[in-house]
Amino acid sequence: MTVLKVSGLTKNFGGLAAVSNVNLEIEERELIGLIGPNGAGKTTLFNLLTGVYDPSEGKIELNVDGTMKSIGGLKPYVITGLGLARTFQNIRLFKNMTVLDNVKLAMNKSVSYSTLAAILRLPSYYREEQRVLEEAVKLLEVVGLAEKQTTLAKNLPYGQQRKLEIARALAAKPKILFLDEPAAGMNPQETTELTELIHQIKEQFNLTVVLIEHDMSLVMKICERIYVLDYGKCIAHGTPEAIKNNRRVIEAYLGED
Amino acid sequence: MKNLLNKKNACWLVLIAGSYGLISLLISVGVINNVYLTVLMTIGINIILAISLNLIIGVTGQFSLGHAGFMIIGAYCAGVAVKQFSASLGGILLGMLIGIVISGAVALIVAIPTLRLRGDYLAIATLGFGEIIRIIILNMKITNGAAGLILPKLIDWQVIFAAVVICTIIILNFCRSAQGRACISVREDEIAAEAMGINTTKYKIMAFVLGAMIASVAGALYAGAFYVIKPEMFTFNKSIDILVLVVFGGMGSFTGSFIAAGVIGVLNTVLQQFSDIRMILYGLMLVGIMIFRPSGLLGTKEFTFSNLFERFGKRKEARG
Amino acid sequence: MTQFLQQLINGLSLGSIYALIALGYTMVYGIIKLINFAHGDIYMLGAYIGFICTAQLGMGFFPALAAAMGICALIGVIIERIAYKPLRNATRITALITAIGVSYFLEASTQKVMGTGVKTFPQVLANQKIMIGGVMITTQQIAIFAITIGLMLLLQFIVRKTKVGRAMRAVSVDADAARLMGVNVDMTISYTFAIGSALAGAAGVLVGLYYNSINPLMGMLPGVKAFIAAVFGGIGIIPGAMFGGFFIGIVETLVSGYGSSLYKDAVVYIILIIILVVKPAGLLGKNVKEKV
Repeated sequence: MTVLKVSGLTKNFGGLAAVSNVNLEIEERELIGLIGPNGAGKTTLFNLLTGVYDPSEGKIELNVDGTMKSIGGLKPYVITGLGLARTFQNIRLFKNMTVLDNVKLAMNKSVSYSTLAAILRLPSYYREEQRVLEEAVKLLEVVGLAEKQTTLAKNLPYGQQRKLEIARALAAKPKILFLDEPAAGMNPQETTELTELIHQIKEQFNLTVVLIEHDMSLVMKICERIYVLDYGKCIAHGTPEAIKNNRRVIEAYLGED
Repeated sequence: MKNLLNKKNACWLVLIAGSYGLISLLISVGVINNVYLTVLMTIGINIILAISLNLIIGVTGQFSLGHAGFMIIGAYCAGVAVKQFSASLGGILLGMLIGIVISGAVALIVAIPTLRLRGDYLAIATLGFGEIIRIIILNMKITNGAAGLILPKLIDWQVIFAAVVICTIIILNFCRSAQGRACISVREDEIAAEAMGINTTKYKIMAFVLGAMIASVAGALYAGAFYVIKPEMFTFNKSIDILVLVVFGGMGSFTGSFIAAGVIGVLNTVLQQFSDIRMILYGLMLVGIMIFRPSGLLGTKEFTFSNLFERFGKRKEARG
Repeated sequence: MTQFLQQLINGLSLGSIYALIALGYTMVYGIIKLINFAHGDIYMLGAYIGFICTAQLGMGFFPALAAAMGICALIGVIIERIAYKPLRNATRITALITAIGVSYFLEASTQKVMGTGVKTFPQVLANQKIMIGGVMITTQQIAIFAITIGLMLLLQFIVRKTKVGRAMRAVSVDADAARLMGVNVDMTISYTFAIGSALAGAAGVLVGLYYNSINPLMGMLPGVKAFIAAVFGGIGIIPGAMFGGFFIGIVETLVSGYGSSLYKDAVVYIILIIILVVKPAGLLGKNVKEKV
């Protein structure tokens, strides 16, 4: 079943096409890699898919309860509500909130008490807060941060901040998870752990995962299919094997001749 | 109900009742005379103003310079209600209710266009709205224009005390809920908040409207406690005074707002005798605080009983 | 029609003053992203210095203007060094509150030294009325307009053609990069404050001349309006501040002339809000979206 379909997607900044006529088709529970040289438009593509930017042209369709719904140009929070969550290349945690609150925040949509109930501390408030707390702790256990609940996010070491971003994205209960360079700045040991974590959450939460990554070994190892961007265009897609031997990809990375 | 009965809430209750008892006692034995009582009432009103602005600026990160605009709505609704309906506590409380509704509605009208702006631009736009509200009131008949309204004293310190307690509970309960977390996330990183499914506009408006409604309560109390209200008392300088309380106490710290309102209230009284150099010192103090302690007295720290217990517990452990 | 032209001329005179103040706001904002709330008070100080020079020291108009500009420039630089420099890396709200503190300090100090009351500014420039087809122009208005235009041309020259101006432009785009390229950033910021404050000082003298009366709190409202003018034209953009200043001055005069002077301030704020909502970067500015 197709969960995300992108056709003819283009984004112009002034005269520059950061993303140009990109087509993607992502199946349920796939693990997709998105690679390309610096400035190829990978993050811009993420920003288009998650609603940070409005597309200049083209269509983005998300499978919502069995029907394809066009999401291009919707606000980011609406898109997240439809089942699409992300992490950021340059970590964007809520720095002065605790680890626990970072995760709880992403669960807001499911919280059912009203503002009035919160102010008056009605039973629904306590019931829901208890549920949110339990679920948040479970997610923190998955990424191994349960011990750090009351730490402020800014005080976590770098690698754990990346993991917290993943936990926070999971808390939004996505069907598709976008990871923007999750292994950036990590050492090989941490990268290995991360690889395992990605596999684990994909299975545990029934996710479709799309990741941007520069670490080729990671991409080649875990991704089932890879899309390659260069100068905003999708120049190739296929299995890791096919991509490895694709002439155009090699040219894009190493330069022609 | 059982959720409300715990050690922390019991401690808070004791603290509130204790403060009330202490103030009553000090008044009855004559330590707090009328002058000091006026200072205390001013501090109470300033606490309400400071925590309501802190909700907007410190918690949600939206830099408003128009808070006096909502205070004036509250003050004039109360004043007009007293003049038109009944010069009694009931009359002024009715006016207060009307004020809360009107200032909430006005805040909504102000918020929808302006809260799309950020930082300095938002500050200056809210300043503009605050002044527009004041100029409209200045030009209305029912408000008696620039001469203002002279009112009987209908609010005594007990009412202000109760209002401080209620407003504080409302704001704190709001902040410690899913809605409050959403507001904080807006302050921390709007783009990340949106990506986590938070409708940032909605929560900005929510905090702004709630803050405005509570500011109007402070305005109504002011009208009932201090005899005279005039539009010139609520210029953007008043907004700045409230802002100073928030920043001095620490943005995001409600404990800080309480302390700042207290310290500045006392300082103002002490400096009253040097009225000609009061503002000079006030100005120097502001600059000094910003240079040497820019995060305010408390930063974002809060006094809570659970922190106290924790610290106390640790000390016991260390001893044992 | 004659009445309209008359209002327009009065508006241009008022607008000149707003424009001169707005330039200082916009330059300082452009370079260190600070809303210098004390800027309106520098303008007030300029008026008082002009008053002391003319009424008490018996100086002529132009020496008094020069003295006011010079002393205000110096005061501006001192304020920047003492109050704002330690806050270069602080948040904007911290810097803004510091500026508010400076503003209170300047107002209260002036009240202490010069008294809280209104002072009458002497008529140091011949004030003749000239009638052109039913429209009255005074020589003072012509002088105000001419001096304003002259100062603006001078400013454009400094910013566009001199080394200091180039450094200012560089710092406003990227202070760190400018520092790496050998620009003395602190010095450049001092120059910016000096020039902005000198212009405000000039505006103070001109307004004293125009309205004949000055007081220690006179800087508050024009300060805010000049800031609005700067925002209107696009803050950080020098021609924008000039344009905004004239525009706000003319609108305010027209509202007073045709409608109610009670609402003239409200109209200015409404314009501000409309421009912020419709085109937040100002009429001459460009919208920039945050990079993710």
